[in-house]
Amino acid sequence: MSSNSFAYSEQSGGGEATELGQEATSTISPSGAFGLFSSDLKKNEDLKQMLESNKDSAKLDAMKRIVGMIAKGKNASELFPAVVKNVASKNIEIKKLVYVYLVRYAEEQQDLALLSISTFQRALKDSNQLIRASALRVLSSIRVPIIVPIMMLAIKEASADLSPYVRKNAAHAIQKLYSLDPEQKEMLIEVIEKLLKDKSTLVAGSVVMAFEEVCPDRIDLIHKNYRKLCNLLVDVEEWGQVVIIHMLTRYARTQFLSPWKEEDGLEDDEKNFYDSDDEQKEKTDKTKKSYTMDPDHRLLIRNTKPLLQSRNAAVVMAVAQLYWHISPKSEVGIISKSLVRLLRSNREVQYIVLQNIATMSIQRKGMFEPYLKSFYVRSTDPTMIKTLKLEILTNLANEANISTLLREFQTYVKSQDKEFAAATIQAIGRCATNISEVTDTCLNGLVCLLSNRDEIVVAESVVVIKKLLQMQPAQHGEIIKHMAKLLDSITIPVARASILWLIGENCERVPKIAPDVLRKMAKGFTSEDDLVKLQILNLGAKLYLTNSKQTKLLTQYILNLGKYDQNYDIRDRTRFIRQLIVPNEKSGALSKYAKKIFLAQKPAPLLESPFKDRDHFQLGTLSHTLNTKAAGYLELSNWPEVAPDPSVRNVEVIELAKEWTPAGKAKKENPAQKFYSESEEEEDSSDSSSDSDSDSGSASGEQDEQGGSSEDSSEDSSSEPQSDSESASEVGDKRAAKRNSKSKWKRDSEDGENENEKSRTSDSSSADSSSVEESSSDSESESESESESESRKVTKEKEKKTKQDINPLTKDVSLLDLDDFNPVSTPVALPTPAFSPSLIADLEGLNLSTTSSVISVSTPVFVPVKTHVLLHRMSGKGLAAHYFFPRQPCIFGDKMVSIQVTLNNTTDRKIENIHIGGKKLPIGMQMHVFNPIESLEPEGSITVSVGIDFCDSTQTASFQLCTKDDCFNVSIQPPVGELLLPVAMSEKDFKKEQGRP
Amino acid sequence: MIHSLFLINCSGDIFLEKHWKSVVSQSVCDYFFEAQEKAADVENVPPVISTPHHYLISIYRDKLFFVSVIQTEVPPLFVIEFLHRVADTFQDYFGECSEAAIKDNVVIVYELLEEMLDNGFPLATESNILKELIKPPTILRSVVNSITGSSNVGDTLPTGQLSNIPWRRAGVKYTNNEAYFDVVEEIDAIIDKSGSTVFAEIQGVIDACIKLSGMPDLSLSFMNPRLLDDVSFHPCIRFKRWESERVLSFIPPDGNFRLISYRVSSQNLVAIPVYVKHCISFKENSSCGRFDITIGPKQNMGKTIEGITVTVHMPKVVLNMNLTPTQGSYTFDPVTKVLTWDVGKITPQKLPSLKGLVNLQSGAPKPEENPSLNIQFKIQQLAISGLKVNRLDMYGEKYKPFKGVKYVTKAGKFQLGRFGR
Repeated sequence: MSSNSFAYSEQSGGGEATELGQEATSTISPSGAFGLFSSDLKKNEDLKQMLESNKDSAKLDAMKRIVGMIAKGKNASELFPAVVKNVASKNIEIKKLVYVYLVRYAEEQQDLALLSISTFQRALKDSNQLIRASALRVLSSIRVPIIVPIMMLAIKEASADLSPYVRKNAAHAIQKLYSLDPEQKEMLIEVIEKLLKDKSTLVAGSVVMAFEEVCPDRIDLIHKNYRKLCNLLVDVEEWGQVVIIHMLTRYARTQFLSPWKEEDGLEDDEKNFYDSDDEQKEKTDKTKKSYTMDPDHRLLIRNTKPLLQSRNAAVVMAVAQLYWHISPKSEVGIISKSLVRLLRSNREVQYIVLQNIATMSIQRKGMFEPYLKSFYVRSTDPTMIKTLKLEILTNLANEANISTLLREFQTYVKSQDKEFAAATIQAIGRCATNISEVTDTCLNGLVCLLSNRDEIVVAESVVVIKKLLQMQPAQHGEIIKHMAKLLDSITIPVARASILWLIGENCERVPKIAPDVLRKMAKGFTSEDDLVKLQILNLGAKLYLTNSKQTKLLTQYILNLGKYDQNYDIRDRTRFIRQLIVPNEKSGALSKYAKKIFLAQKPAPLLESPFKDRDHFQLGTLSHTLNTKAAGYLELSNWPEVAPDPSVRNVEVIELAKEWTPAGKAKKENPAQKFYSESEEEEDSSDSSSDSDSDSGSASGEQDEQGGSSEDSSEDSSSEPQSDSESASEVGDKRAAKRNSKSKWKRDSEDGENENEKSRTSDSSSADSSSVEESSSDSESESESESESESRKVTKEKEKKTKQDINPLTKDVSLLDLDDFNPVSTPVALPTPAFSPSLIADLEGLNLSTTSSVISVSTPVFVPVKTHVLLHRMSGKGLAAHYFFPRQPCIFGDKMVSIQVTLNNTTDRKIENIHIGGKKLPIGMQMHVFNPIESLEPEGSITVSVGIDFCDSTQTASFQLCTKDDCFNVSIQPPVGELLLPVAMSEKDFKKEQGRP
Repeated sequence: MIHSLFLINCSGDIFLEKHWKSVVSQSVCDYFFEAQEKAADVENVPPVISTPHHYLISIYRDKLFFVSVIQTEVPPLFVIEFLHRVADTFQDYFGECSEAAIKDNVVIVYELLEEMLDNGFPLATESNILKELIKPPTILRSVVNSITGSSNVGDTLPTGQLSNIPWRRAGVKYTNNEAYFDVVEEIDAIIDKSGSTVFAEIQGVIDACIKLSGMPDLSLSFMNPRLLDDVSFHPCIRFKRWESERVLSFIPPDGNFRLISYRVSSQNLVAIPVYVKHCISFKENSSCGRFDITIGPKQNMGKTIEGITVTVHMPKVVLNMNLTPTQGSYTFDPVTKVLTWDVGKITPQKLPSLKGLVNLQSGAPKPEENPSLNIQFKIQQLAISGLKVNRLDMYGEKYKPFKGVKYVTKAGKFQLGRFGR
């Protein structure tokens, strides 16, 4: 303030004049202005004058020009005194620009910066929250050690501010103060602890960020806030979500038991690629004891799932890495679709995502195999993207898809991008070594490439062929001869060196050619590349040892040339070889073994992915991308052997979390409804959902219809599911039909209920089901929209009422209700048939019930009696289970495959309460279980039927077969043939079906 | 997190720098220039570069490099996504994200960057909030400001910042209430020489332009929502409603925004609306080659295909091309060897074709491969996946908005021919 009046008295006249002069330039654009004055000191004088004028417009113009200078990276520090006087300006824009200036130069001009502090202290008490917040921001951004106590005080005050925005800024200030003065750590941790308790979504991300930077090891601070953070997550802004998810991933790895152990047995197909069998058995045996996932662990996995749909690539990646690192292996699959989606994004995002997929695809091919084609390379991709895609394609190669892939690779070899073509040849080499079936095909293909026009392609092929031949010491004389000829034409050193090495190694297989090659090489020795010279020396040495008659003189000639070579490596090698192979009086004991030394069996090089060693870094991190530990990288700890006390996370009043504690006994009712209600209880604005929410799509009202239709269609033996197009009257009919079979079903559904009870906490997605029907009924949407408009408490009451209303109704008409849920809501990653009926219905609005009537299931002509082992008696502690496919329409639902399971008791005591426990089904798959068997006598056997909807895929259905004391992980993978339903159809109908779009 | 940001133009000038923590010298960019030189092509500059003391994470957008300096571990996508958001914001404010626009508005750029990051951590990135804090430049406003002395910086905290719906500003008022949705679908395809589809899928977005007063609560439903295989949402969409009912229910941001982007699974057959017959042959021992392309409609659902452009990256040995198009015009850039043929629209009576001779460098070996073609086209009033908006309902406000939906299908990454053959 005083400075203004000072300026007025002294500079008023002059100020006016400069102002007029500047007006013209500065109003057009500041850039025009700062272009004029480079580092001219006189111009800076102008700026000083303008800053000291009493007109805001002049000051503003000056500040704009100064900011322009800062932006350009020009030094404007000498203006500090003039600028700092304006910190208290009434004009908010001037003030903001002064802040910008201060933050930039305060560090350099600490003493002068102190002049501004009192202004900020005043602003911290302002009634406007924006001003309070920005004052705190600037105050904490001034890196002047003297004001540390003032900052500390300000942060403490701000952390108790009423405005969450100010508290958010306080959280940011914590990090700034910490980096300025790490001594303050203890005090800052107190503030962090306080802010972690904050319930505002605005604060959550920032305070976790502060936590990560100041005290990432104080995991104990998180306990009490864990559930809150999980529940707030969907509503936090995107950047905060990323930070919180990364932090919670680390948290989960320290606090929960590994969910992987139990899966190891289930995931045979996945794991066999990299785990040896016996190792696996060991693991499963050790951890046979039943594992139940901590409900808090489940909560995290459940609450992050919706974020896979975020528009922000960083959030999607964060969730993906969370699933990868902490979810049960069977659930990781859902992330692949989202990651593949990110590949449509810009090149930088693609680059990072592809790197992460590359790492994942080494360990779990199955995850990305359905998306193989998404990794096909386009000619317009940048090279770095191309090579990453190639890497992934190579990782995904297996017996089934290798022929497709090789055809694809063939086109890549022709690419104009030679770097990429060379990488492709390397990839072919890797496929050849990994998949023995195609080794010869690949080798032949590579040999064909030897006659390629492009030298780089030829050279790369030579190098790869060399590696392949090394792995297969079998006779490949022809190829070696062919390559020997290439020596005349090919100029690329690596390739020449490879050929020479190969001939040397196999000199006894090509006895005629080898000496001749050596002769030719000796001729041009001096003009060769160093790499080639070394190999010529090696070749000479090897021939000298095996065929000294023909090559003795040649070799000595070469050794003489090498002796005087310019390169000392070559001179060294020459000396070494001479001593070793040429017998003379001085040669020691070694020369006796010269042949053994030179012609020893060399281990074949291992062709493996460059991403192989990256998996010890947390995915999605900078360290993973760089493949080195970046500063500040926080290791993911290994799962604890024994779970730390879960009660530390208990907080007195948290409604949501209570739902998920295992002791939650208030759930005797219809589970589908309960899921539904839970999602209701969450804040209205939060669109959070998860496995259980998606299951809840089938509120009971709807199930009448579903049950009815599935029942009906299975009676009709129709293979066409009927869905959207069903009319109300039809449903009515079916309900009637349904009642008949009521008694038969009753027990099933009740058991299903119990089943659900037990399994929910460990896997909420495993609701029992028997039918894949896609429909949504009125009653469901009504109840939803009604309850949504109510407040939370009301919702609860209402729900109870609806429950009561619906329950009798359900009992009356539908007994399948508990087993049905709506699969629509879970997007299915599985390959669906091209003519999905629902799609046709969508497109044409046809009523399918008419079409389905012409299709009738015929009895199978042949039913194989072959049974498959579900559970061996050795691993089942005496309980053995076999299954076979009776090829009968499944009575549980028309999309299900019926399976007969025969259980045998091979022990000498009763086995009690045999039932199916937790199921780990891929998304969309459903299973109808058998009734628990109360007891099975020794040597007794019983056959039960089970229905599984495999979603027309051959994915494995994994579940637990439980007895009273034990749980065994078993899985069924259907052969393709068992998924089909024999259908009798007239030719006309067939054509009609075929002609459908 | 993010320490500093440098904006670098194509010729390697650092024309803007901003530091959120201590100043990092411009010389750190030398590592970036080094990598750039090594990469030869701007597209190939690695997004993450490690230097002795810092890590550089960069994006390339609209001929500009946004290079951020990082000192400690951070998810790289976090930075990349943020940098793109910065570029988007510039685009939004200045109409383009170019060096000239940024230099002209350097003060606003600085104010924006100041608001968007605090100590390297994103603070406000929603365009609706930023626009309340810092008004976008308009001619009218600059005139008014210079007369009245008022500034384009807001002095109160935007209400959105505190609410549960940070994307919408309060007190929106329009005389004409309108809500427009553009369903834009792009066909990504790789088609081999024989015309069979190697890979095809449909990527769609729904862009919305919402100018509605107050706090409207919209719900948009589709005739066939199950088509959408994989969807990503603007934060405003209630995920739960979508999961259970397949209805998009949301309180929209004000103005233009991307509501959802989706993918239609490749398992459903994708209709390919055009076919291209191309034959490019080089004679052995001759510096001449023949070139012949014809384009025709395939499964175009009875709509006209327009805005067709064909680009071909010719082999390096091609010197020049002498071609005659039956319609449209073509250019061949002898430096980049890119042939561009601007076709226009297809009339089925007379299919457009481009024929002629290719001159090769004399003495050079005949190029081995046929180049692959990239094609662009547009079909108005058609969503190729068959997606249809059923209805838009508005709750929470009394007035009757004007509603509109527009469908467009475009070629996305549409490639014909596979690295030749």
